[in-house]
Amino acid sequence: MTPEMNTAVKSGRAQQEKTSSDVILEVKDLKKHFPIKTGILQRTTGVIKAVDGAHFSVKRGETIGIVGESGCGKSTTGRTIIRLYEPTEGKIIYKGNDISHLKEKEMRSSIRRDIQMIFQDPFASLNPRKTLGSILYEPFKVHNLHSEKERQEKIESLLEIVGLDGSFKSRYPHEFSGGQRQRIGIARALTTQPELIIADEPVSALDVSIQAQIINLMEDLQEEFGLTYVFISHDLSVVRHIADTVGVMYLGNMMELAPKEDLYREPLHPYTRALLSAVPVPRQKGVKTREKVVLKGDLPSPSNPPSGCVFHTRCPEAMEECKKVVPAFEEKKSGHYVACHLYK
Amino acid sequence: MQQEPVNMPSSTPPEPGPNDPKLKKKPDTLTKIILTKFFRNKLAVAGGIVLFIIVTMAIFAPLIAPQNPGDVEMDLLNRLAPPSTEFIMGTDDFGRDIFSRVLYGAQVSLLVGFLAMLGGAIIGTVMGSLAGYFGGRVDALIMRLVDILISFPNIFLLILLIAFFSPSVGLLIVFLASLGWMSTARLVRGEFLSLRQREYVLAAKTLGMKTNRIIFQHILPNALGPIIVASTLSVGNLIIVESVLSFLGLGVQPPTPSWGNMLQSAQNYTIMRDAWWYPVFPGLMIFITVLSINFVGDGLRDAFDPKMR
Ligand SMILES: Nc1ncnc2c1ncn2[C@@H]1O[C@H](COP(=O)(O)OP(=O)(O)OP(=O)(O)O)[C@@H](O)[C@H]1O
Ligand SMILES: [Mg+2]
Repeated sequence: MTPEMNTAVKSGRAQQEKTSSDVILEVKDLKKHFPIKTGILQRTTGVIKAVDGAHFSVKRGETIGIVGESGCGKSTTGRTIIRLYEPTEGKIIYKGNDISHLKEKEMRSSIRRDIQMIFQDPFASLNPRKTLGSILYEPFKVHNLHSEKERQEKIESLLEIVGLDGSFKSRYPHEFSGGQRQRIGIARALTTQPELIIADEPVSALDVSIQAQIINLMEDLQEEFGLTYVFISHDLSVVRHIADTVGVMYLGNMMELAPKEDLYREPLHPYTRALLSAVPVPRQKGVKTREKVVLKGDLPSPSNPPSGCVFHTRCPEAMEECKKVVPAFEEKKSGHYVACHLYK
Repeated sequence: MQQEPVNMPSSTPPEPGPNDPKLKKKPDTLTKIILTKFFRNKLAVAGGIVLFIIVTMAIFAPLIAPQNPGDVEMDLLNRLAPPSTEFIMGTDDFGRDIFSRVLYGAQVSLLVGFLAMLGGAIIGTVMGSLAGYFGGRVDALIMRLVDILISFPNIFLLILLIAFFSPSVGLLIVFLASLGWMSTARLVRGEFLSLRQREYVLAAKTLGMKTNRIIFQHILPNALGPIIVASTLSVGNLIIVESVLSFLGLGVQPPTPSWGNMLQSAQNYTIMRDAWWYPVFPGLMIFITVLSINFVGDGLRDAFDPKMR
């Protein structure tokens, strides 16, 4: 990374207030294919197209929800954006800079402070051998932040910010419940004062009653620190609660992307309609009760996706064209994108 | 943000919070939990105590043993004397005190077993870490080497190697270590493969931590349990291999006593018939030591197993 870009990223932090309607993250035609390696020589004999065309953008301080069935590539999308994986194709543009192929060293000097992640499994996301104090201390040390005394104060205040007691810093993760551990994971994500947080199913492993508390905490933190979220979930009602924009993925492809209200009121893609029809939604005026759409067949394998539109094998409205031509991901109404031949 | 009606419970029962009594007691470290579990296992504790006694006696052999095996070459008056108050384990065909030789033999046998284990554990951990962390070609290469080495019968390879060099304690340790790392390598590789994808390791990376720090702070400490267990159990096996080699005349060479070469000198028919104490005591020591090590190893395995809380 060039020095200019470094300063661009840094000054962005300061300008946060002024440019609050800016697009902070843009993902363009992102692809991540995992090679399938076999044999003694580890030759590549095929690929798993875990993500095969993800597009969206998020404005500062907003939340994009990414939904889809298990295995559709949500986690891979999140992990590629934060560059745990090297993207196969496409662009990840963070604050105007393309970070899709930055080396790990360049990532560390610029982006690693700005983007953080909250994980799904509260039992696997904290090192069982470290106290909360040292879990939260580590990022300060890595990035050389604050003085020693400030670090200790910050650790306590971070624990308090996420609703835990500052004195917990000498305790170990195994002493806490799932919800409390998730709070610790959130505190860790906040240590570097990030601007963008990728939350990969942050409440899926929790009891329903505790899910609401964590969601509320995340909303409070978003307001307090001006955070931007990429919120990954398979639960449409959770996404409906927290997101401003929602993207629907199927087999690695982004099928539909729209402001939340539009998507839930008037889903365009047959897949989105099928997903929504499976969710019990409280009655609302002006909204038709949806007929339940049951998808036929099984989810195809991402190592051998169907031709044309990847959804055609299960689509209730599939046409001849769908088997051959890949539908373009296009804006059909203002801000409402869909990849489907039904809309021309 | 505009709130919409959603089917999420609005009033929720409180989570176990900061005042949860469970959290008021003193914090237990993971190590403490593991030790507590270990000490609840009676066989393991007994094994540990026996082992402790044997090791202590071996270390303090010069203070405890009535004879120094280096000093006494031969004492024809006391050849093959049965156990008595003077020679509590009797004497051998040179008239030397067997108890003293068993103590000094313990030094050699335990040293060989322990150092060979340590060497094997280090080589295995390094190889397994390399394979597991880098994956791909490096992994394939190391694992094929492991497959090849594992499919040779170890004892023949050792005999072959030693036949080419003149046997010595140091060389024995080196050979045993260089042929004893493969199972540790497999184990460590497996641990790395799974820990590498563990979310706290991913978190360390997104927080900007460097690879070597991630390995030493987050991966290795969590792979240590299985390594310790496997290494402990391997010491017993190594002591047996050392005894077998010494018994065959390929291990520790007389006059340096080891349990194995004492058994070798005792294999003569007349000695077996007339002086039962000569083979029995070194044999018993091997048996008791290996058994104790295995009890400790099993105890450690259960203590480290998260499923057996
Ligand atoms: N590291 C990897 N190597 C190979 N294949 C992978 C890897 N990670 C994910 N995949 C495959 O890519 C596809 C998408 O996986 P991903 O975890 O992104 O889905 P997901 O939408 O997050 O699903 P879930 O709801 O189960 O978390 C799956 O078929 C998965 O098996
Ligand atoms: Mg996932």
